[in-house]
Amino acid sequence: MVSPVNEKESLIAIEDVCYDYGHGSVLKQVSFPINSGDFLAIIGPNGSGKTTLLKIILGLLKPTEGKVRIMGKLVGEFSEWQKIGYVPQKVTHIDSFFPASVREVVAMGILSAQRFPRFAKGEDDSILKALQQVEMEKYLNRRIGSLSAGQQQRVFIARAIANQPKILILDEPTTGVDARTQGHFYDMLHHLNQKEKITIVLVTHEIGIMNRHINQVACLNQKLTYHGTHEEFCRSEEFRKMLADGHHLISHRH
Amino acid sequence: MEAFFAYGFLQRALLAGVFIAIACALLGVFLILRRDAMIGHGLAHVTFAGVALGLFLNYMPLVMAMAIAVGASLIIMKLKNMAGLHGDTAIAIFSSVGFALGVILVTLSQSFNVDLFSYLFGEILAIEPSEVWFSIILAGVVLSLVVVNYHKFMYMTFDRESAKASGIKVNRLDTLLTILTAVTIVLGMKVVGILLVSALVVIPAAAGLQIASNFRQAMLLSTAVSTISVVLGLLFAFILDLPASGSIVLLSFLFFGLIFGFKRITR
Repeated sequence: MVSPVNEKESLIAIEDVCYDYGHGSVLKQVSFPINSGDFLAIIGPNGSGKTTLLKIILGLLKPTEGKVRIMGKLVGEFSEWQKIGYVPQKVTHIDSFFPASVREVVAMGILSAQRFPRFAKGEDDSILKALQQVEMEKYLNRRIGSLSAGQQQRVFIARAIANQPKILILDEPTTGVDARTQGHFYDMLHHLNQKEKITIVLVTHEIGIMNRHINQVACLNQKLTYHGTHEEFCRSEEFRKMLADGHHLISHRH
Repeated sequence: MEAFFAYGFLQRALLAGVFIAIACALLGVFLILRRDAMIGHGLAHVTFAGVALGLFLNYMPLVMAMAIAVGASLIIMKLKNMAGLHGDTAIAIFSSVGFALGVILVTLSQSFNVDLFSYLFGEILAIEPSEVWFSIILAGVVLSLVVVNYHKFMYMTFDRESAKASGIKVNRLDTLLTILTAVTIVLGMKVVGILLVSALVVIPAAAGLQIASNFRQAMLLSTAVSTISVVLGLLFAFILDLPASGSIVLLSFLFFGLIFGFKRITR
């Protein structure tokens, strides 16, 4: 089941997107909308084009064909990037000796969006609020490299939400995080989605992250093989195929 | 000590030296964290070609050095991005080519003289009033641009992909940082000379990064080490009749060693 693009309701419209790194197609004619309020999981095996699609949405890569619209504007013309929070895949690969405090890391998200940041007011409140939302406020003055992978992940989410974005995009956010911490992590994302009304787009290669919080699923394997609700996905042929291919399901209790 | 501050040439050296030291220290922190510390060394060698060209043409070696260093820094950046060269390869190539070109030009112009040696080993105590103003204005421009872009530079140094995704024009800022580095290297050449200028960029920043627990602290500590090294270096050079360039660099290394030792003891 592949739903058609509905530009009016969608925050992000992905339209016939293709991408080729020069050694074969990575994405073929991918189209689906991301609507306001979605908690969307983009899933698929390694090499299925998930991260490539995210980079195209974020304007880091240009599609070889097709287009992406964000809030009605083509990516190349979109300028309100502070409305999109991004948490990259390789947060565990940051330089652990980098001399940045948690406060400074979160401030990067706020102050770099301003022309003359030295004169910005209220930044401390925004930093503290963002850290409170991810329950990391007591680590304000800790050096980022001294935190665990899970704690660093939370700080990066705080940085991504400090500008009060409409959309939060996370690439493989639970890599290197233990199963127990993952449960708390999805609770936190659920809170951001429900209480703060932030649309969440999550990329993962494990269908194990499927839990009751996620309300939309997009399956990618170069082509879009499924797009619909989580409930429908769990009853779908696509889901059965993925399980048969060796993907495993982890049930998070809430 | 009173005599130290009574001489006009010392006052000028102090004034220009402190401004240039601050610019070197601030940029040094970014360069080390971007794993670009060797660019200072490479650009210093390229600067030699610029100075040699100026001496060869008998036309403002400092300005020629500035033009050549900025041009070369941009080509190095492009080569790194486009030619797929590993690590410091582009810097190593330009460093050698710059020095080779300089040697040929100096030989052709037969200018192995006091002028050339003052560029190679620094001549801060012989700095002219016009050069002081030139240095202060340019160092002031470098400092202002670093302060205005401080958070953007920090963000793209820490997490380049996220910085790009947040709408920061990373490539444009790369170019700016590269030009600022080239300008600062040429200014630093007046203080400690072509052969030691990369030390003024790298050592104070490396010292600050040893114990800083946040980025702001790293900037402040690096600036303190750099400024104190220049002031005390000039003082020792005056009192002990030593070359200022060598005194400044050795003092900054001494501070690096002390901070390193302090870190090992207190850990």
